[in-house]
Amino acid sequence: MTALLAIRDLRVEYASARRPVLALPGFSLDLAPGESFGLVGESGCGKSTLLLAILRHLGPGGRITGGAIVFEGQDLLTADAAALRRVRGGRIALVPQEPASALNPSMTIGRQLMEVPMQHQRVGRAEARERAEQALADVRLPDPRGAMARFAHQLSGGQQQRVAIAMALLARPALLLLDEPTSGLDVTVAAAVLDLLTALSETYRTAMIAISHDLAVVARLCARIGVMQAGEMVEEALAATLFAAPRHVYTQALLAAMPRLGGAAPRTEAPPGETLLDVAGLSKSYTVGGGRVRALEDFALRARRGAMVAIVGESGCGKSSFARVLAGLQAADTGAMRFAGRDLAGRTLAARSPREVAAIQMVFQNPETTLNPAHTVGQPILRALRKLAAPAPLPLAARLAALLEMVRLPAAIGRALPRQLSGGQKQRIAIARACAGAPDLLIADEAVSALDASVQATVVDLLRHIQRARGTTILFISHDLALVQAIADEVVVMYGGRVMQSGPAARLLAPPQHPYTAALLAAVPPPPGAPRAAIRLRGEPSDPRHPPAGCRFAPRCPRHLGKLCDDTPPPVQVTADGGRIACHIPLPELALG
Amino acid sequence: MRVGRSGVAFVGLALILLWVVLALAAPWLPLPSPTAQDYAAFAHPGPSAQHWLGVDPLGRDTLARLVWGARVVLLLAPLSVLAAYAVGCTLGLLAGYYGGWTDALISRASDVILSFPVVVLYVILIANIGPSAFNIVIAVVLAAAPGVGRIVRGLARRLAAQDFIAAARLRRESGLYIMVVEILPNCRGPLLTDVCIRLGYTTIMIGTLGFLGLGLPPPSPDWGGMVQQAGPMLTVYPAMALIPAGAIISLVLGFNLLADGLSEAP
Repeated sequence: MTALLAIRDLRVEYASARRPVLALPGFSLDLAPGESFGLVGESGCGKSTLLLAILRHLGPGGRITGGAIVFEGQDLLTADAAALRRVRGGRIALVPQEPASALNPSMTIGRQLMEVPMQHQRVGRAEARERAEQALADVRLPDPRGAMARFAHQLSGGQQQRVAIAMALLARPALLLLDEPTSGLDVTVAAAVLDLLTALSETYRTAMIAISHDLAVVARLCARIGVMQAGEMVEEALAATLFAAPRHVYTQALLAAMPRLGGAAPRTEAPPGETLLDVAGLSKSYTVGGGRVRALEDFALRARRGAMVAIVGESGCGKSSFARVLAGLQAADTGAMRFAGRDLAGRTLAARSPREVAAIQMVFQNPETTLNPAHTVGQPILRALRKLAAPAPLPLAARLAALLEMVRLPAAIGRALPRQLSGGQKQRIAIARACAGAPDLLIADEAVSALDASVQATVVDLLRHIQRARGTTILFISHDLALVQAIADEVVVMYGGRVMQSGPAARLLAPPQHPYTAALLAAVPPPPGAPRAAIRLRGEPSDPRHPPAGCRFAPRCPRHLGKLCDDTPPPVQVTADGGRIACHIPLPELALG
Repeated sequence: MRVGRSGVAFVGLALILLWVVLALAAPWLPLPSPTAQDYAAFAHPGPSAQHWLGVDPLGRDTLARLVWGARVVLLLAPLSVLAAYAVGCTLGLLAGYYGGWTDALISRASDVILSFPVVVLYVILIANIGPSAFNIVIAVVLAAAPGVGRIVRGLARRLAAQDFIAAARLRRESGLYIMVVEILPNCRGPLLTDVCIRLGYTTIMIGTLGFLGLGLPPPSPDWGGMVQQAGPMLTVYPAMALIPAGAIISLVLGFNLLADGLSEAP
C-alpha cells in the first residue's frame, strides 16, 4: 500500500534574537491510509511544530529549511496557496488543543460547521445544515439541533471538544491531526472523548496523528507510537511492544514516571501520630451569576499527623474551595475544622495567630502565576523566612540556601527571575516558600497537574520526601486517581461538593466502591492489551447552581436506582476495613461491582 | 533599553531632550532677558540679528521667552503628572486590591470627576483658586488622578487574583506591602506609556490655561500666554503666534512619539 503521508528529513527552524533555533533537525515518518500514529513527548520537544509544519502553518518566525512532506502524492512544501487551501481542512484536518480558542465566539456553532462542507464540497446551505447536524450527532453531542443555534461559550469544555472534532470530520479528511485531544478535559469526559475518537476512526477509516505529553492517551488511540525528545524520534514501535519492552532510556523513564493503578510504590505503612486535622459538616457557598453555588456541603475529612491525604475529583467538585478555606484565604459558612485541637472554620488569615498561619501552607496549581514576575525567586522565600519562621542563629542567606537544597535546586537560582525558570523549577520554589515556616500541614492544590510526566514524578517524590523527612502532613489535591492511589495514605473522593467515598488508599481499588469511584478508575487509560473498562459516565457534571436534591451523582450514575437516588441524600455506609461510602446501594450489592 | 530599538521612540526622546537641554542651559545662553523690552524692535517685530525669532508685542525677545518658558513647562508638567500618579496609584491600588465598598466609593467619585469635560474642569478650578504654579499642579492632580486610578485599579484587580498574591497573604504580609511591593511593580509596563501620553496632555493643558490667561501670572514667560498675546498681530505677523504654538506642538509630539515607541516595543 502506498503511503498516505511521507515525511522525509523534515527540518524546521525558528528565528530568534541570536541564532535560529532548530526545532526539528530531521524528522521522517510514513503513514498508511487509515493508520493511526501517536507521538509522545514533553512540552517543547517539537511535536506541535510537526503538526503545524504538516499544515504549512508555522506562523511568523518558523521556517522549513529542508526535507519533504508528501501527502497523497503531492509535495506540500512546493504546493501553491490554492493547493494548500484545498488540503487544509479538506484533506487534512486539525483538532486543536484548546477548542475554546479555536471556535469563533461571535458565530453560532451551526454556522461555523456549515462553512466546512460549503467551502470544501461546494454544497448548498440546506445540505450543509443537514451534514453539520449529522456530524454533531456522530460525536454524540446531546440535542444536535439545539447545539447548532448556540455559541461556543454556552457549551462545556467537553462539548466544545466534540464540536471541534465534528468540524474536523465534516470534510471527511484523509488525515486527522489531534493536538493534545484530552489535556483540558476532566478524566471521565476525556475517557468518553477517547472512546469516541477510536470509534470514529474505525468508522471512517481516517488516518490519525495524535500528539500528547501523556503516553497513556496516545496508547489508547494509536497502534503505533513514536517517542520524541528534543526534536528527534528516539523510539518508534507498536504500542504493545513499547509498553512491554521499551528500548530507549527516555521511553523507559517515561513509562516509569507513569502512575499506574495498583502499582503503588512501597509506602510507610500507616504512619503513627494523632489526628492533626478533623473536618466535619463543613459548608461553603458562593454567589455566581445570580445563583448560589454550593462548593462544599457537609464535607468531612480526617488527617493524622505525618500522613499524606488526597482529595480526588473533577473540576468544580469543591476540592480547591476546601483548600482555600483550610488555608484561611476564605471563610467557611458552617461546620467545624479542628486543627491541632483548635477550630479554624470561621477564621480567615487575619483572625489566625502567626503560628496558626505558619502551620498551614499551600502550593498552588499554576506554576505561571505562583511567582511574582517582578521579583527574584529568592525574594518570597526570604520574606517567608522573615515573617513565618522561628528565629534561628543562622543568617537568612544560609537558611535560604538550605531550603533551596531541600527542593534540589542550586543556591544561585535564588537570584534568577521567574521567567528564567521551567515550570517544574517554579513549583519547587513554591514548595520551598511554603516550607520556610516549617508548616505542620502542606496543601498541594493540583501542584503537579501542569507539569510534564517526568517532572511531575520528581516533584511528587520531593513532596513524599518532605512528608517523611520533616513529618509534614500533606494534603494532596488532584484529579488524577491513578497518581493519588499510588502515593497517598488516605483518599477522599469528591463529586459536586460532597464526599462520595473516603478511606485508606488501598481500599479504593477493590469493591465495594462508590459507583463514581468505579467510574473514575475506569476512566484511567489501561496499558495496551489490558481489558478495556466498560463503565462510561453519561453527560457531564450538572449545573452547580441547581444540584439534584438527592445524591449529587445521581444524574450520571450508571447504577442509578430511581426516585430514591434523585430525592434522598444517600446514607454513609462504613466498610469493614474503615472505608466510608455515601450510597443508597447496600454494601454487599456494591461489592458485586 | 526599549527606546534604542524603536525609531519612533528615539525621535520622540530627541525632541524632548532638545527642550530639556535648552531649558537647563537657559541662564548661560547668550540671550537677552525674557522680560527685557526692546522698544527699538517694535517697528520690525520679525527676525533680526539681535532677535533671531523676533519679538513679542511688548518688544521682548521671542527666543529668550521660548527657552525660559520651556523651563516652566518642563518643571510644571512632570511635577503635576508625578503628583497625579501618586494620588491615582494610591486610589487605584486601594480600589483594586480591597474591592467591595472601598472600590465602589473610589470608583464612583472618580466617575463624577471624569464626567466633566477636562477643559471646563480646569477653567472652573483655576478661576476659583487663582492662577499660580501650585494651583496648576492641584488642578492637574484633580483632573488626571481618576484616570490613572482607573488604569491601576484594573491592573491591580487582575493581579490580586493571582496565586502569588495568595502566597503573600499566606505569609502574613500586610495589605500595604502587597499593594506596593507585589502589585505596583507589575503595573510598570502599561503605566510607562500612560505617563508619556499624560505628559503630552498636561503640556497642552498648561498651554491652554496660559492662552486663556489662567496660566502663570505675567510677566513669567509662558508658551500659551505667548500665543494669546500675539493674537492682535496675527494678520500682520502670524509667525509671532505660530512660533510658540510650534514649540508646544514639538514637545507634545515628542511625548506622544515616545509613548508610541514604548507601547510598540515587545
